[in-house]
Amino acid sequence: MTIANAASPTMTTTVHRIEIHRRPEFGDPAADALRREFEGLPPGLLPRSVDCAAVYLIEGAFSDRELSMIAEELLADPVTQSPVIGAAAAGADEVVIEVHPLPGVMDPAAASIATAIHAMLGESEGSAITVRTGRRYTFGGIDAEAGGDLATRLLANPVVHAIHTGPYHPASFPVGHQQPFEVRDVPLCELDDAGLERLSRDAHLFLSLDEMRAIQSHYQGLGREPREIELETLAQTWSEHCVHKTLKATIEYREPADESGFSIRDTAGHRPGHSVDDAGRVRIENLLKSTVAAATHQLMADGLDDWCLSVFVDNAGIVGFDDDTAVCMKVETHNHPSAIEPYGGAATGIGGCIRDIMGTGLAAKPIAATDVFCVGTDAPAEIPTGCLHPHRILGEVVAGVRDYGNRMGIPTIDGGVWFDDRYIGNPLVYVGCVGVMPRDLISGDARPGDRIIAMGGRTGRDGIHGATFSSAELTDTHADEFSHAVQIGNAITEKVTLDAVLAARDHPDGCLFSSITDCGAGGFSSAVGEMGEKIGAEVRLDRAPLKYDGLSPVEVWISEAQERMVLAVPAENVDAIAAICDSHDVEWCDLGEFGTPDRELVLRWGDVEVGRIAMEFMHDGVPMPLREAVWDPEWAAREAGGDDVGVERSGVIGDVAGVFDLTATLLGHPNLASKAWIVRQYDHEVQGGSVVKPFVGPNAGPGDAAVIRPVPDRPRGLAIGHGLATGLARDPYVMGLAAIDECVRNMVCVGADPDRIAILDNFCWPGCDDPRNLGSLVRAAEACLDGGLAYRTPFVSGKDSLNNQFTTEDGRTIRIPPTLLISGMGIVSEERFATTMDAKRPGSRLLAIGATTNRLGGSHYLRVGGDPAAGVDELPVVDLELGPRIARIVHDAIRQGLVRSAHDASEGGLLPAAIEMAFAGGLGLELDLDAVPVDGASVSALARAFAEDPSRYLLEVEEADLPAVEALLADVPHGVVGSFVTAGPEGGEISISASELGSGRETAFRLEEAWKRGCDR
Amino acid sequence: MSEVNTSNHASSDDRPKALVITAPGINCDGELALAFEAAGAAPESVLLADLIERPAIVDRFSLIGLPGGFSYGDDGGAGRVLAQLIRRGLYPALAAAIERGVPMIAPCNGFQIAVQAGLLPGPAEGESWPVEPAVPTVALAPNELGRFHDVWTGVEIPESTRCIWTAGLGAVPSEAMVLPSAHGEGRFVAPDEMMAALESEGRVALRYTEADHFNGSRGRVAGICDASGLVFGLMPHPERYTRWSQHPTWTRLEASVRRGDTPGLAMFRNAVRHATAVVR
Repeated sequence: MTIANAASPTMTTTVHRIEIHRRPEFGDPAADALRREFEGLPPGLLPRSVDCAAVYLIEGAFSDRELSMIAEELLADPVTQSPVIGAAAAGADEVVIEVHPLPGVMDPAAASIATAIHAMLGESEGSAITVRTGRRYTFGGIDAEAGGDLATRLLANPVVHAIHTGPYHPASFPVGHQQPFEVRDVPLCELDDAGLERLSRDAHLFLSLDEMRAIQSHYQGLGREPREIELETLAQTWSEHCVHKTLKATIEYREPADESGFSIRDTAGHRPGHSVDDAGRVRIENLLKSTVAAATHQLMADGLDDWCLSVFVDNAGIVGFDDDTAVCMKVETHNHPSAIEPYGGAATGIGGCIRDIMGTGLAAKPIAATDVFCVGTDAPAEIPTGCLHPHRILGEVVAGVRDYGNRMGIPTIDGGVWFDDRYIGNPLVYVGCVGVMPRDLISGDARPGDRIIAMGGRTGRDGIHGATFSSAELTDTHADEFSHAVQIGNAITEKVTLDAVLAARDHPDGCLFSSITDCGAGGFSSAVGEMGEKIGAEVRLDRAPLKYDGLSPVEVWISEAQERMVLAVPAENVDAIAAICDSHDVEWCDLGEFGTPDRELVLRWGDVEVGRIAMEFMHDGVPMPLREAVWDPEWAAREAGGDDVGVERSGVIGDVAGVFDLTATLLGHPNLASKAWIVRQYDHEVQGGSVVKPFVGPNAGPGDAAVIRPVPDRPRGLAIGHGLATGLARDPYVMGLAAIDECVRNMVCVGADPDRIAILDNFCWPGCDDPRNLGSLVRAAEACLDGGLAYRTPFVSGKDSLNNQFTTEDGRTIRIPPTLLISGMGIVSEERFATTMDAKRPGSRLLAIGATTNRLGGSHYLRVGGDPAAGVDELPVVDLELGPRIARIVHDAIRQGLVRSAHDASEGGLLPAAIEMAFAGGLGLELDLDAVPVDGASVSALARAFAEDPSRYLLEVEEADLPAVEALLADVPHGVVGSFVTAGPEGGEISISASELGSGRETAFRLEEAWKRGCDR
Repeated sequence: MSEVNTSNHASSDDRPKALVITAPGINCDGELALAFEAAGAAPESVLLADLIERPAIVDRFSLIGLPGGFSYGDDGGAGRVLAQLIRRGLYPALAAAIERGVPMIAPCNGFQIAVQAGLLPGPAEGESWPVEPAVPTVALAPNELGRFHDVWTGVEIPESTRCIWTAGLGAVPSEAMVLPSAHGEGRFVAPDEMMAALESEGRVALRYTEADHFNGSRGRVAGICDASGLVFGLMPHPERYTRWSQHPTWTRLEASVRRGDTPGLAMFRNAVRHATAVVR
């Protein structure tokens, strides 16, 4: 962390300093919000007073008059703010702390403020004006050291910010310098194994010994040493992040001979790409192809081929929406950057996922975003060195998604948060994006002769090694080693780029480009490498617009600077593209040409060749070694854990009052409690497509999934939802099935057609070099095969992040629980079928569908300390015949207009779900636990209330419609468990009866409050 | 090619033409154009850069929309940069259009821009629009909550309002009289005299209900209009409430309530009707 001293405000310099303060009479909500964050600070750090101000550092030649114009007419609002040129004096017992972006770190405000100054002074854009922005905090009653400490805890991240004690007023801004560039050979052909491994680590290549050997023999064959840029290109292209080496590897899997639960060995016979040897070892050729993708391809062969338009090949999976439009979805993870700089990590995560959609087919229009976070609890047992506090991580991750998604004008409509302290070193940040496109633009290919056109942001040194970094394991020193892999995004640059791309796609003369992709992991190297895989490409690296001088060819080539797209444009269309870019304020450049005689990647700096790689070696040369996987149930059970710190086992619950207390505890558990403070920071209405919102009913209850109109003037909906069952991590096979089942339930509850639900897999696993972790990953993948086939939900896209473990200073390893997110998009054939979970009418009946058992394993009931004696510690398992059947029956009932409201009973169990329906609709509820349909002779009242069995739905049905619904259900376990009743003047009342526990009443308000306050900020 | 015609109809039809101004970071131009179209106008989105280059383009339109979004990232303050560009390059053309009787709506970021560009609250009754854009006299400050907030709230139309956009909407049943808001800087602030003037001259066009007053605006002001009632600036988004299935609890709304235009669409109909009848 840089601690700089105040430069004298009187100092004359071409860098002018202006502070913008709020006029006290209109209040300062920012300062108030900051004060709320002070909660829990040690007394020594607690300031008596806080004043926040914006700081602008403006380099340029201005007259005093011009400077005061800039201060008074542009930067300060004349009603609510007042400017200070220089720095306002601080009081005797006050300390000034300032937070400024480090040199080279994106400062999104800089460009737009400069634009406004140019306009205001009527100068040409050419005249040099450079703007940097910072924040000033004036704290009363603490000293500089405490102020610096406070800033590090709450206000700044040393990875991207400099903290100054005193007003920061530099004489000039640091600038890059031209560097004499050299084409460097890396001596590798002569290295022994130890040398190869050292090189891989020291150069941050993260390549295995086998891969280093493959590269060595390739270059020995060529009779020359690799150039640095070639080695970097291979490291990027071969990274786990880009080629999914683990999921595509051939795996040898072993499980105990007496595996009591699901056995892959015993079922390998009918699994594609699986074979068992005499020793009982299961050999799986290309895990992904033999499980996740196999499900999709079998379903396509079995009738879904005309609906699944593009699977696993593009940036996102594409399915049909209606006759002439298609929808696509992608879910990414941005875990490692978010661990180190949560705000920038999450923002660039969603930004990158949006670009995936922009780069799908011949460009899709992003219409929705999703986000699921897995973080530590607010009260973790420890915060290892090198980790940020989970409370801060979540707050900043949310702010990152908010600022990027909202600025892009893309509604964030579905998400969730899972709390578990094993995410302390590796928070998971899942960000998704949904797009819509004309059905005839779902694919494109670069053609020889096409120009390589780059559009959008400039290239800088930021984000270098993101792909290799994301494939590595985090340690307590990563924050220093890899700060350059962390970035701040600029959503407006991406927004104008999106506007320009869509204008080029919808050009009156037809789409102006023949292929498009985004610059994500690996930067130009991956984008151009992928687009030119089949035809080769010749790249002029010196033509890329740079943020500052001094980048080497290698840096230009692998930089992951944000907001860049690469298009293949027929030469005759370049002028038209250029015109569109200019009118939208989008920078573009011609990076060269696709197509070379020998299908090579040729890299030039000016006329000098700096690199040459055969596309074939680059894309097919990575060795896919045999990977060992072991299923070790005892170890998996030990790893599963999941209890919250300091939870005490409740005593035996003998009456309904105890049931209400536990229900309140469950509804208040952060996993279940309302995430309104997050959801409402996202604009989930922008674009006007909203049909079912994140919160539903007069009291804003938790909707199961969101529904939007992809095409505004067509009353046809798209449901977006997800399933996550980390509580069942003890057996990832069971967990995977449950996640798919929950995703389907969520979609069906809002009106989606279960025959038109496409899903995505996102595996986040601890280090899979450990065969036991790989063994658990294999089981989750097999669940995708079985679950996908049973529910007829094709996987259309997916992603994996397989090194989520953290090594502490003292050498301990903190592994995340195996985490599989299933995201889904489903067609709601007619908007009128859209259904919400809020109870609608007093007098209507509550119908519970699907059997409840006494299996409490992995339930929130146990996690909050519920008495284990109420059931058995086994995991509930999805019935792959019954689950899909129930989903279709529920959908039929909805289509026939027999369902007033629908809700899935998942986290927390049936009782909390039923109560959510009541308070969401502002009604009371009379519920009889004895009427809950059960499986097994004796299921305790507590299990009926709180067990988390899959495939269960709660439907609100009019008395008169019950016979029709029960006719549809036939032999499916179901029961009428209660009725919704009118709310009194004090709101609704919940009354419960159970033969075991007697009966009792509680206000819906108490339980609603528990849900609303449980995780509020 | 700089003028993207969002209308499916030939631009030669007899529907009044609605100008939708776009710029870097503006992101509600799509739904605003659709709302104009649903109300019977022919919308056309034009980049601000092109308008500043050829302000005469504005003269071809009889309705104007300044959409929401995050113009220029809201850097330096919400709407600050775009307002500056309008003050320097487009104000005269917009003022002339208003004097010509052109209704103008500015939701959310548009409202924030309008109050800083000298377009609202506008000249006092009887006075004409000044040649130079006026110094801002009201502002939209950060929400009391201190952060961005997305919520549907109940709203009321003051009986006394002279706003042509909200005219006649007072009779709408309260469960239907809701609008979506999504902003971080929507707290309306005005000095006492200006506040008194706005109230007494019927220039408060929209209020949050007592129960849903979430951002701390003075006098629960959600929207105001100029003295002519033509220029309507508001923080909520009526353009996101042009069909009943956008209503937050439409799945439980009685059919009798769901009949006819939504209040959001009705506002645009008012303006289109006015434009058809009055605009020269």
